[in-house]
Amino acid sequence: MSSVTNHDERPNPDNLDDPGLSETKTERVSYLRAGHTLRSWLFTTDHKRVALLYMMSITFFFFIGGIAAAFVRADLLTPSADLMTNEGYNRAFTLHGVIMVWFFLIPSIPNTFGNFLIPLMIGARDLAFPRLNLLSWYIFILGGIFTLFVLILGGVDTGWTFYTPLSSMYANGNVVLVATAVFIVGFSSILTGLNFIVTIHKLRAPGMTWGRLPLFIWSHYATSVILVLATPVLSVTLALIAAERLFGLGIFNPELGGDPLLFQHLFWFYSHPAVYIMVLPALGVVSELVAAAARKPVFGYKFVAGSSIAIAVIGFLVWGHHMFVSGQSIYASAVFSFLSLVVAVPSGIKIYNWTATLYKGDISLDPPFLFAMGFIGLFVVGGLTGLAVAMLAIDVHLHDTYFVVAHFHYIMVGGTVSAYFGALHFWWPKIVGRLYSVVWGRLSAMFIFIGFNFTFFPQFILGYEGMPRRYHVYPEQFQVLHDMSSIGASILGIAYLMPAVYLYYSLRYGQPAGNNPWNVTGLEWTIPSPPPKHNFDEIPTVDGPPYNYPVRKEAKHA
Amino acid sequence: MRELPKVQTPYVDRAQQHEAGIMGMHIFLASEIMLFGGIFMAIAVIRQAHSQEVVEYSKELHYYLGAINTMLLLTSSFLVAAAVHMSRHARRKAVLALLVSAAFLGLLFLGLKGFEYWSEFQEGRLPVAGGMEKINSAPGRLFLNLYLVSTSLHAVHLTIGVIALLVVAGRIYTRRSALPQRSVVVETTAAYWHLVDIIWIFLYPLLYLAR
Ligand SMILES: [Cu+2]
Repeated sequence: MSSVTNHDERPNPDNLDDPGLSETKTERVSYLRAGHTLRSWLFTTDHKRVALLYMMSITFFFFIGGIAAAFVRADLLTPSADLMTNEGYNRAFTLHGVIMVWFFLIPSIPNTFGNFLIPLMIGARDLAFPRLNLLSWYIFILGGIFTLFVLILGGVDTGWTFYTPLSSMYANGNVVLVATAVFIVGFSSILTGLNFIVTIHKLRAPGMTWGRLPLFIWSHYATSVILVLATPVLSVTLALIAAERLFGLGIFNPELGGDPLLFQHLFWFYSHPAVYIMVLPALGVVSELVAAAARKPVFGYKFVAGSSIAIAVIGFLVWGHHMFVSGQSIYASAVFSFLSLVVAVPSGIKIYNWTATLYKGDISLDPPFLFAMGFIGLFVVGGLTGLAVAMLAIDVHLHDTYFVVAHFHYIMVGGTVSAYFGALHFWWPKIVGRLYSVVWGRLSAMFIFIGFNFTFFPQFILGYEGMPRRYHVYPEQFQVLHDMSSIGASILGIAYLMPAVYLYYSLRYGQPAGNNPWNVTGLEWTIPSPPPKHNFDEIPTVDGPPYNYPVRKEAKHA
Repeated sequence: MRELPKVQTPYVDRAQQHEAGIMGMHIFLASEIMLFGGIFMAIAVIRQAHSQEVVEYSKELHYYLGAINTMLLLTSSFLVAAAVHMSRHARRKAVLALLVSAAFLGLLFLGLKGFEYWSEFQEGRLPVAGGMEKINSAPGRLFLNLYLVSTSLHAVHLTIGVIALLVVAGRIYTRRSALPQRSVVVETTAAYWHLVDIIWIFLYPLLYLAR
């Protein structure tokens, strides 16, 4: 009997017959155990459970999108078309793009960590509209089902950008179905953004002023504004494409007096801000990880917070940089080029402030810190090459080459996915209440960094030398670089699978985490891990600035 | 289950819950404005690119039917605004009457719009199969395409609005939503109705009065 009730003792990890700690005392009253039935999960309105539903769904889509990428990289091993037909190759990279953008990257950090952490960080019991939150997951799943349907029916071959008139007049894949899928999933984004904005405005705990919000919250606020204002433009654009294919409407059809370039304007009006939907939450995560690693107040808090808002605002004004070679007015191009350089400034501010925060901090090389450092390195490379393609003259040379492919993968994969894994390693003990193996965490952070660079750095050179994107037949001189990239991709693929193993292992054999395993500030670390169903027994009162670490005075020189 | 005037999970008091509801609706409406914004953008581009044809085809639209519809919507918005005021003072019967008459005006609008589509179809000026004998220039057809897309998208929104007004009226009638405690449901529905009205106020001159 006593062995049953003694729940806080660590199980023996070497004994595989040990059933593990099925339940600690904290876990027994946590959100994870508040209802065991499938129904209690599928009809939950608890933001923490919805976050886990999202986490499982996007992990699934990450896997599917990854398989599509594996097909692409395998085909590119040789200069000839041996694995897939031209049509099949087009479908593989289109599915990779569509799934990774709308079913992984856009919901990745906001819908999992944002959902889980925003109420905890501001001292609330849930998001402002808990039922709407659950609804947004169901809408996401509905969109996902459409996408899987498209996959089974043979896919779509327009590229993730659906450029007209290819998509509206000539493509013979399931354009309407995939447009429907993205249209549907857009509403899930809008509802999430709406929920976050209202939550951050109305549900902050007493004393949690705007100047005391964690930087994670600021970046999610900026992200939500983009989600709410940009996504509907994509929705209406996709609806117009569908109407064109179904009813012969002709708004983008030049034969009927329409303008195919209008599509590019509308699409990029959404899709450039969408880049910031994908990267702003990552910037928020890294701000948290850097502050936690340095155990110092964030240098220039107001500038880091304000730069998120600046990125969201300026991000709406740069879409034309995707259209430098489309024949748009050179004066428009010049303005878009200038604004694209301007939007890099707030990102630069963040990098400088993170560096200054780390300076003389008490840094320990924990996995979250390593992921954050990986993020900063890759994001800087992605950002600087972004400046290169934002320059008019250089872009004419690099447009639609692998240079661009490498550039946005450095931001989206090197940046956002690294931050996603960083967040996973930082908040995992809070989410499940168990500690994982730090050694394995460090190893996977390193393998992801190495595998990533191995995959995508060669693509800069490929692009610079003139390898166009979206072709699987290429001159032999490119084979070495393409093969390097494919080998790197397999390292990256394995590295992405590693955390699945040791994090799963930690669920069963991990040591109970305690409230604050990293010894950091933040309201989410003041409550038990995993948190109880209603987060806070009593709504906390905040009486100090964020990241309120004791400042160490330097010894005076004599 | 009757909705008792109580505070729901994440909120500490009713005022907070009320404000959150209103704010949520306003953000949703901002999103709706962007949705129509894309279409307004397309109309503006076509107006610039093919000015002459747009004017020519715009003149053929039944602007007087549009004008009647504009008046119907403006009146309904007035009724809805009055309903909000009454709901704050718990004037239950007045709220019911106002909401139902606003919904009725909305239905009239839809009926008139349907008649308008039908007569355009008869005249050969509706860009759908079998209804476009008189459309003989590509830009003209494009303009009418945009006319059809934007007005039908607006009609869909108005239909949702009519349903929403009737649902709210039903909740108040059955006392599932008590007044004035739950006046927020009247207020948010009214905000939505006003937006649908305002979108029409912009669509009408853009489409019918291009000269
Ligand atoms: Cu861009």
